Amino acid sequence: MQSAPAASSVSQYAMRLGDDRLVLGHRLSEWCGHGPILEEDIALANIALDLIGQATLFLKLAGETEGKGRSEDDLAYFREAVEYRNIHLVELPKGDYAFTIVRQFLFDVFSYHLLEQLMKSANAEIAGIAAKGFKEVRYHVRHSSEWVLRLGDGTAESHSRAQKALDELWRFSSEMFEADSIDREMAAAGIGADLDALKPKWETVVRDVLTRATLTIPDDPPAMTRGRKGSHTEALGHMLSEMQIVARSHPGAGW
Amino acid sequence: MASSASVGVGYETSESPDKGETQWPLWEVFTQKDGGAPHEHAGSVHAPDAEIALQNARDVYGRRGGVVSLWVVPSNFITASPSDQAGPFFDPGAEKIYRHPQFYKIPRGLKGF
Amino acid sequence: MADTELVATVKFTPPWDDVANFFPPPRIRLEYGPEARTDCVNQQKTDNSETEALNAAFEARIAAGETIEPKDWMPDRYRTQLIRMMSQHAHSEIVGMLPEGNWITRAPSLKRKMVLLAKVQDEAGHGLYIYCGTETLGVDRAELVDQLLTGKAKYSSIFNYPTLSWADMGVIGWFVDGAAIVNQTVLAKASYGPYARAMIRICKEENFHKKQGYEIIATLAKGTPEQKAMAQDAVNRWWWPSLMMLGPSDTDSPNTAELMRWRVKRKTNDELRQRFIDLTVPQAEAVGLTLPDPELRYNPDTQHYDFGPIDWDEFWQVVKGNGPCNRERLQARRDAHENGRWVREAAEAYAAKHSSIPQSSAA
Repeated sequence: MQSAPAASSVSQYAMRLGDDRLVLGHRLSEWCGHGPILEEDIALANIALDLIGQATLFLKLAGETEGKGRSEDDLAYFREAVEYRNIHLVELPKGDYAFTIVRQFLFDVFSYHLLEQLMKSANAEIAGIAAKGFKEVRYHVRHSSEWVLRLGDGTAESHSRAQKALDELWRFSSEMFEADSIDREMAAAGIGADLDALKPKWETVVRDVLTRATLTIPDDPPAMTRGRKGSHTEALGHMLSEMQIVARSHPGAGW
Repeated sequence: MASSASVGVGYETSESPDKGETQWPLWEVFTQKDGGAPHEHAGSVHAPDAEIALQNARDVYGRRGGVVSLWVVPSNFITASPSDQAGPFFDPGAEKIYRHPQFYKIPRGLKGF
Repeated sequence: MADTELVATVKFTPPWDDVANFFPPPRIRLEYGPEARTDCVNQQKTDNSETEALNAAFEARIAAGETIEPKDWMPDRYRTQLIRMMSQHAHSEIVGMLPEGNWITRAPSLKRKMVLLAKVQDEAGHGLYIYCGTETLGVDRAELVDQLLTGKAKYSSIFNYPTLSWADMGVIGWFVDGAAIVNQTVLAKASYGPYARAMIRICKEENFHKKQGYEIIATLAKGTPEQKAMAQDAVNRWWWPSLMMLGPSDTDSPNTAELMRWRVKRKTNDELRQRFIDLTVPQAEAVGLTLPDPELRYNPDTQHYDFGPIDWDEFWQVVKGNGPCNRERLQARRDAHENGRWVREAAEAYAAKHSSIPQSSAA
């Protein structure tokens, strides 16, 4: 019943999982030293570290499965923006704290359900990375959802900032659930997640928290995105320029 | 008088430098390193409420592992035995775990004192 | 509901509330009667012979190696000196996040990215431990933050220098954390309990900071010629500021003697500086890098390294606010504080709406 998928498909799938987390972890790390209070500097750094750690493992797997000798660092530092496979949601600039928290929340709920499924992946490496990541994301989703509540139902200013953030971000959430041929191939092989099954679970949790946060869910159509195929916002190029500059200035060097 | 914006949890603390300035109230953290061990005082964190206090305690004192359970308590809710080294000046807050800051806030109802 | 239990008030003091009997007799007995005072610490009001007796007992405790805890009697000067020292230390950790934080987004490998982020996170944690320790002396963190942001408080001068290349990340771990460690291990035995306990925690976490810095430098020094040049350039820029970081010569340091007697400073600045140099020179030789001091040489008679003169003019300029990055550092902290105000307030507003704990009726 499970067909053997092409190695390139597995590699692409792992790359998507890695890229989402690397880009999001990088955006979170931009707060370090600039957070609203010392305790949150520490909290965000924790989440960023977990995400970059997960990304490292997924990208390592992607490189190994690809079979062209590319390491996780080769993939992270020597791919152009058009070769990145993350969704748009994670690459948007960090904005204010409300934007960061609402974005994190939307992703965390997705990642929670996704990793929960991937723990049962037929690919042992993916299952292992997902198991480790699932322990971490349970805590991330607790942090981001509690902060969505506090910002949405805090002061008038925090509510207005949280609503503005949600108004900007909501239309980027559907991309998390857009299955393409690789997703279908992975799901059929028992390796990848069934995104259609994830979406209602995500919606239930997200709507519950946002409602309790007294926020209004926008009615926008999904944004036109094709991050999984390498079509990104202009923000990603700038982010990668900064991220990659030292590595690219010394090609072949070790660090 | 400028308020520390505390909501009564933790310290009613010093005169705030700024109107509404807050670093959140102070909480004490107790960690248990494994089952069967007692909870021990690890230090403090600032937090606006119990949930955030728990998360902050976990991030600050538990992120390196070796912690299986956390207790968090507003510092002001702990009663301490008097210090036998306290000296002759009985601080009215003698049973608190830390010194009172130099300026302390009296609730409106007690202004007559 | 009255919440007077949360605030200092005038209290009825029962006649049996005699502290001397709560626990078995202490080794050093303070002779005093059970009079109650209702105002907070104001030791100017005491008569001098009483204060002298208390001071003598305090000094005896210190000399006996005892640990002073928050509620113990202490001379007001001890308390204010400790608040100054500890808060300066905490401010240094927080400001110290900025020069290294500057390179997190450019770290050239995933491992280095994570290690650097973890290091800066640790610095936030260290600041937090020490701020909390300072608060036990009766000052709110909001006040300490205000002192930093308004320029009233000092922090270590070294963080007013810019980080200009990836190699700076290595040199900071190697030199700056290296110098800090030389100082910190003795503070783990400081006389003030909360400070000593914070320092024990910090020392445990600090080992990896210096190691990862030196490892970065060692990797660069045996890398490409460009990498080696990058490392040497960073060493050239950071060596002298790192020596200055340990503080002015003890003849110019008025607080040293008192702080040493009170066991909150254990070695003189010059001793620490010499120790740092003696440790570091062989480490530089081991990786093939030179230190920018033509007078640096081993003296077999003293068994220490002799070194050249430090430009203390530069040090005082930086301390007074005229270093390369002083304004940028403070501005970054002010911005974070200002931009974060609505977040801190939102969290408190939410807590007020949802807390089950009795709320203060005072605004």
